[in-house]
Order: sequence, then C-alpha cells, then structure tokens
Amino acid sequence: MEYLIRFSQSHETFRLPETKAIAEVGGIDMKVIYYNPESPYCVVRLPSEEAAHFLMSRSILAQSIHEHWGTGENYEVLHEEVKRKTSHLWPKYKNSSFKFSLDLYQGTRPNKRRVELINSFSYMPFEGEINLRTADEHFVIFEQWDFQAVTRNLPDPLKIHLGRVVGASQRKLIHTFDLKKRDYISTTSMDSELALVTANIALAGPGKLFYDPFVGTGSFPIACAHFGALAWGSDIDGRSIRGDGAKKSLKGNFQQYGLSHLMGEVFVSDLTNSPFRKKRILDGIVCDPPYGVREGLKVLGVRDVEKYDYVIEKGKVMYKDEDFVPPKKPYSFVVMLDDILQFATDRLVDNGRLSFWMPTANDADQEIGVPTHPCLEVVVVCVQVFDKWSRRLITYRRRPDSEVDAAALERWQQRTETNGGVTADELNPFRRHYFNAFRTQAAVDGATLEAVPN
Amino acid sequence: MKVLSLNFLSCAVKGCKSSSDSYPLHPKDAELVQDDIEVNAQLLINLLPRIDWTALTTTATELGFPALPPQAPTPEELEADEAKLKDLHHLLMETQIMEGKLVCASCGHEYAVREGIANFLLPSHLV
Repeated sequence: MEYLIRFSQSHETFRLPETKAIAEVGGIDMKVIYYNPESPYCVVRLPSEEAAHFLMSRSILAQSIHEHWGTGENYEVLHEEVKRKTSHLWPKYKNSSFKFSLDLYQGTRPNKRRVELINSFSYMPFEGEINLRTADEHFVIFEQWDFQAVTRNLPDPLKIHLGRVVGASQRKLIHTFDLKKRDYISTTSMDSELALVTANIALAGPGKLFYDPFVGTGSFPIACAHFGALAWGSDIDGRSIRGDGAKKSLKGNFQQYGLSHLMGEVFVSDLTNSPFRKKRILDGIVCDPPYGVREGLKVLGVRDVEKYDYVIEKGKVMYKDEDFVPPKKPYSFVVMLDDILQFATDRLVDNGRLSFWMPTANDADQEIGVPTHPCLEVVVVCVQVFDKWSRRLITYRRRPDSEVDAAALERWQQRTETNGGVTADELNPFRRHYFNAFRTQAAVDGATLEAVPN
Repeated sequence: MKVLSLNFLSCAVKGCKSSSDSYPLHPKDAELVQDDIEVNAQLLINLLPRIDWTALTTTATELGFPALPPQAPTPEELEADEAKLKDLHHLLMETQIMEGKLVCASCGHEYAVREGIANFLLPSHLV
C-alpha cells in the first residue's frame, strides 16, 4: 500500500535520511515513490499500516502519515484516480463517522471554495455521521501550490493529493526537549530537533550502546537515551559534565527527562588519549566536535615541548594534586576529524554508525571536503545552510572487515600526517576563514596593509 | 563509574594500550553506592558478548562481590534465568564507584573518581 508522508518544510536534506533510518531500525522494506525537496508531501510504499505507525513512532521531521488515496495535477485527474484505486476501500468506512479537511501548502482558499472542494468527494458512499471533533476517519485534501502563489495570484495548485490519516509523528518531542526548558545548557548545546534527528539517523534504539566523545551538556546522549539506547559521553572539560551540581548538571538533565536509567557512563577524557578499549563494542557514535570558534579545539599536551619543559616537570610532581589541571594545546581540525574516524573504526560494531557535525565555508575555494576512511562508508551527508557557512551532518557505516579494501587501508595507515602549525589559526582552516568573515586570503592581506600607518 | 564501564575502559596512556596489565583498571579505596535501576534485559543480553568475563571476574572480586562463575552465561541462559539476569544487572548497572581511584597495573598511574565521574586526563609527561 502507498502512504503519504506530510513532512515539515524545514531541514529538507535531513528528511528522507531520517525516515530511511527509522525504516532500517524497524526492519521495514520502504520504497520512496515520490519525493521533492520543495514539497512537504512524499509518497512511499510500505508493507503494512503497522509499518506506517512505526515510522511515526520516532519521526521528528515528518508531521503525519496518511494512507495515499490518490494524486492528480487537477481535481478531475484526482477524482478519477481515487475512484479507480480506492473504490474497494469505501465499504470499509461506510458507517464510520468521518471528516474532511484541507492542507494547503503555500496557498489559500476562501471558505466557500473549501466546502465545495470537500463536497466534490460526495460520490464516496459514506453514510456515517460527519464529526469535526472525534471522527473515526479523517480525510485530508493536500494542495501543493507554487512559490508565492498568493501574491502571484495563481489560479490552481501544482498538485493535489488525498489521504486518510493514519497517525501523527513525534514532532512534539522538540518541545519536550526544548533547550529553553532544560535545566542545564551551555553556549553550544545542540537544539532538541537536530539532536533527535541525529540520534534517529545514527539508528539509536533499545539495547544499543551509544557514545558522544564531546558530550558537553549532553544533548546527544539524552536524545539517544530517549530512543532507548544506553548513552555514554565524555568531555575534555569536566566542568561541563559536573555543572553546578544537582539539577544543573549533565546527570540532572537525564533526571529531568526521566532517563536516568539509560545514562551509561560520563567521564572526563580526551579523544586523542582515550581510555576506551580498542574493541568493537559501540553501536553508534554521535557528536558535534568543537570547531575552534565558540569553543577551543584542544587536546592534552603542551604547545612547545622545549619551551614549556618546566610545565611538564611541574606536572610530574603536581599531577596527583586534587586541583591539578593538565595542560592543553591547540589541535588541528583536520587531524581531529581523522582521529574521530579512526576511533570509530576501532570501536564500532559491524554496520554501527558514526554521525558527526562538521562546519565548512559555502565558498567552494574554502570548502573542507567530507573526510573518508577505508573502513567507513559514507551513508548520507545532510546540510544545514547558514549565511556564509554551513554545517553538515555526516553519517558513516562501519564496514564489516570483509568489505574493507586492504590496499586502501594500508595507504591510510601509512599516510603522512600533515599537522602544519602550532597556533589555533594555523591548525584550523575553518576557524581562520570564520574570523576573516570568509573573505579570500588576498582581501585579508590587503586589509591588513591598509591598516598599517605610513 | 559503573562496573560495566570498567569493563570497557583501560589505561589512557598510549604506551600502556599494548600491555595486558593495563586492563582492567584496579579500583582502590573505592566507595560504592547501589542505584535502583529497572532491569533492562534486552540491553544486558546485547552487551553480554562484548563483555570480557575474565576482567569482570577480577573487578567483582576486587570490589568484594561473591565469585562469579568461571564461564560467562550464554545469552540464551541469561534470557531464561531471571535470577542470573538480576544478579548481573545488579553488578554491572546498579553498582557505582562514587569516590576512589582506578590504578593501572602497567604504569601505576592512578585515575581519580570524584562524585561518580572518573578523570582520565593525563599530565603532559604521559601524552
């Protein structure tokens, strides 16, 4: 049977990947029949209504799902298709109470016209009561209008669908997990909608172990725990985990949502010196690594071993002190991305997923490519565009060892590490471009020259 | 720090990763608390094959738990035996080290656990 998904018209590149991931979690054979990024309506083929309910039980970017009764460029074609495809279904709803409504995307209709459109379906022999509040069956006429149809005074929609409501999505969770109502957040907490979508795309689910190596205040582990996974997290800064204690801490956030039983382990550690065993024990890794713009990109160590040898010497004596804070140094953004891929390769189970957020400039010359690893297959890249930069959610699948190209793996292991510098700006091309407002290097150099007095 | 976590973590020092002594870390002066968490059978059964039973036996003995059977139960056994499941759940998920230290037997480095949160950051001479 065909089903019509009514998406929210936002985060377009995330919508299908999310739906496909949910289908994968549920072991549902889903085929996409019609999808257009500019339309909120999508038609899929599903094995059962139960499958449609499962999709909605986790979906954030969909609003609702409907049994697809027909589609047409105009009402004549639609009515013909509805009659041809669904007349065998009509007797089923003969005595049910029902209602019709209209869902107009980018368009409007006067009330009188709405009633006319609804009445044009009166050939369906429904004898039940019309009930606008608690109808057994709810039919929706979906009209997709062209961009700015109202101001352009367009007479007709581009496309019309008819559907019978099956169920609503979990979009309300965006408000349940809203950062404004969360007791403990920081400047870089991921918003609830995208955190939940990330957990969905990474296939978080009951009985699974998920880990966020840059946990901060715990947006991702909370989203993963909501879907039933045991959520782990670590951060180089223990203060972000502890917070102010009680309610205002990572643990407090789990308590706020009644998810304490799915809070796995949170600990203080650095990805480049992780205590995690090199063993394939994780089902998924989700993270939003530091970009070096709003939060520093740092790892353990000192910037210059010779210059700061007194710091190292002092550390040898002081490290057992309770208040000892180990020195940290700036780190290369590109090398960190490689480290994440290698960490995931060593820890993910077969077909386990790594989903992480990565910023890049929109200008093609300054764009940072999608990092690759021979053991990880890119599943999907979703993009959230801002003015001059955008951030991408990149999702990988851990290939089983039998699928890995041995020669490519050897080349990866022997690649020369290009660290290229010591200061944060040298190490991090994104940070440099960001603070230069994404101008070209020549323009930046020119501006500096002008600023120098004669 | 849960007992389950101890089974997945080793010493963070890079030179120790290849040494078998760096795993498991040994609790020292550990103050234990027992949380009250609902049994999650699906999770335990999924995680069972990933648990190193020898290391778990060591940890359990060091924390003063009664000796574990020499062989890990199979997922089927665990699913059928509710008492076994409960015991394992109690050890892995409900038992937490709130205060204390974790010691690496290879390099001797001690990691502090405070308020249940372990600190694996290393001083500069160890990175």
